[in-house]
Amino acid sequence: MSFIRVENLYKIFGPKATQALEEVQGGIDKDTLFQKTRHVLGLNRINLEVEQGEFFVIMGLSGSGKSTLLRVLNRLIEPTAGRVLVGDTEVTALSRKELLRFRQDTFGMVFQHFALLPHYNILRNVTFPLELKGLPRKEREEQGMVWLERVGLSGYEKHYPAQLSGGQKQRVGLARALCANPPILLMDEAFSALDPLIRKEMQDELLRLQQELKKTIVFVTHDLDEAMRLGDRIAIMRDGAVVQVGTAEEILARPADDYVAAFLSGVNPAKIYKVEELVQEPVTVVLEREGPRAALRKMGQAGAVNAYVVNRSGFFRGMVRAEKLAEALKTQGEKSGLEGFLEPLSGLSPGQTLEEALPLFSETAVPLPVLDEQGRLLGVVSRGRLIAAMAGRYVPQ
Amino acid sequence: MDLAEAINAFVRWLVQNYGETFEAISQGLLGFLLFFEGLLRGLSWFWVAGLVLLAGWWLSRRLVFALGMGLGVWLIEALGLWDKGMQTLALVLAAVAVSVVIGLPLGILMGRSDRFRGFMLPILDAMQTMPSFVYLIPALLLFGLGKVPALIATVIYAVPPMIRLTDLGLRMVQREVLEAADAFGATSRQRLLKVELPLALPNLLAGLNQTTMMALAMVVIASMIGARGLGEEVLLGIQRLDVGRGAVAGLAIVALAIVLDRLIQAAGQRAVKRYREER
Ligand SMILES: Nc1ncnc2c1ncn2[C@@H]1O[C@H](COP(=O)(O)OP(=O)(O)OP(=O)(O)O)[C@@H](O)[C@H]1O
Ligand SMILES: [Mg+2]
Repeated sequence: MSFIRVENLYKIFGPKATQALEEVQGGIDKDTLFQKTRHVLGLNRINLEVEQGEFFVIMGLSGSGKSTLLRVLNRLIEPTAGRVLVGDTEVTALSRKELLRFRQDTFGMVFQHFALLPHYNILRNVTFPLELKGLPRKEREEQGMVWLERVGLSGYEKHYPAQLSGGQKQRVGLARALCANPPILLMDEAFSALDPLIRKEMQDELLRLQQELKKTIVFVTHDLDEAMRLGDRIAIMRDGAVVQVGTAEEILARPADDYVAAFLSGVNPAKIYKVEELVQEPVTVVLEREGPRAALRKMGQAGAVNAYVVNRSGFFRGMVRAEKLAEALKTQGEKSGLEGFLEPLSGLSPGQTLEEALPLFSETAVPLPVLDEQGRLLGVVSRGRLIAAMAGRYVPQ
Repeated sequence: MDLAEAINAFVRWLVQNYGETFEAISQGLLGFLLFFEGLLRGLSWFWVAGLVLLAGWWLSRRLVFALGMGLGVWLIEALGLWDKGMQTLALVLAAVAVSVVIGLPLGILMGRSDRFRGFMLPILDAMQTMPSFVYLIPALLLFGLGKVPALIATVIYAVPPMIRLTDLGLRMVQREVLEAADAFGATSRQRLLKVELPLALPNLLAGLNQTTMMALAMVVIASMIGARGLGEEVLLGIQRLDVGRGAVAGLAIVALAIVLDRLIQAAGQRAVKRYREER
């Protein structure tokens, strides 16, 4: 069962939300609702499931309801109708007092403009969630120091927020969100206020932390590259509704409608697609011990001018060219192995993005081998295929 | 006028039915006021000046400032108005204390509720445009002549800025910061004490300052219903056309005003200095 579940969730802003809800359930859209009733449709029948440990990104244009959806999860905004469940708890059914407790134990939140407390020093900011929970000072400061260290801010505990740069402030924001060790992180445009270099750095930092911590992260952004880079899955919102949910590749390959397609048109495929999505069977693979004659015969049958050589366990040894083998046979007679003919090739790894793979193709014109971590041959990728994919002309299935 | 008659009838009714309550309030306030008076008049000018000098140093860390503050206090003694000056100061301090006790909660309620704010704003506007003399009348009727009605009239006149600036201070706290407190599960009490009031502090102190200045201004007027002290001197100066006497008392009031104003301002700067300074 999924960790966060959202069922038939609606949010309508305005004094007579319940009345307006009937209109919405009757099927009128955001603009019509506003013209008719002056009520704003914030969320329109949202159904979502987020798995434990998943990095879930919510994306959409300004005003599409991303922040509202995020805030309904911990009820900073009360939904008009529908249910939110976290684990076994029905968040939407909690009393006010239970809700405060639940927020303390379950959610860490990171804000676009950091939302640090300017009158507290960094350590007290980081430990603020523990302070609210009523932990003794010594205990919470010990924990706070650990988290400060993890985000790389040891030594700053006595500083005040005004003395920190934007990136440092958001590290504090991150440490604060993690300090009470909640299972869920809610992040609303957490890196949008940072300049591009720092932003990239923070993304890396978050990914690194996430590898160790395995939190369930719900991350709002309107930046496509960020969404694709960070998200295991992405939800795209429009006018308060979720129009598509899926992995970056799924959404790119099959946009649900023209809105999503238009939305995605700005994506750079080189940053999204991975080498593994382009892998093909090599035309010819020969075993190292087979010898030149056998290799030549195989290449001849396949119409190939070169072959990829592996040993008995499937480890990649190098490439041989047909012309070289043929010449050697003519001038030197029989040979038993292929050792003398192997040419080394740079190996690609399946997880590399196309952008990262491209430079390796400058050394040679032949398709490059894709190797697993141990060095076993998984397949090859040709330069033509790579460039077609980067130009958006080839969409992996 | 019917309205005037109705108000009179209402006040009579109050006195007849709640006379004892007013008496109890009166006794309580009197005790409070006399406490301040006893304290200030019991100390010699030397000690008060010394304390003010130390406070000035502690708040500003500037020697010239601290000396200036001490000098202001000495001036009152030098003008030969020490005892009356301390009577006035006691009344002002008591009035400010009562104003904070009343103003802070009202301001917090206004900051919390738009409805209550809508209800209070016209009342505050009316209170501030009403000529200050008018407050003397109900105080006089309910409590008679003396220190307590003077205190009450002073509080009514001086409390609006405390209320307004508390409200303003709370409303100026960044929405995102409040959201952060809520998101981490703060109770409304924790949020008020750990986030809202500390961040509103500069405004609270500005309110305190204005309230203090208004209380000081009201002191002269309140002497008409029996407040003793510097106001009484000014009043005598007026009655006897003794310009010199009035002016000297006026000077002492100015000295008090400057000392109080600068000390509170220094407190305000000190409160935010720690975290405003960039490094
Ligand atoms: N308190 C509110 N009262 C009325 N309308 C609101 C309120 N909060 C949000 N809205 C409206 O709800 C819609 C969704 O807002 P939301 O803040 O969730 O958008 P968003 O996707 O986060 O946009 P952005 O990228 O600009 O942050 C918008 O039309 C907004 O105007
Ligand atoms: Mg938003």
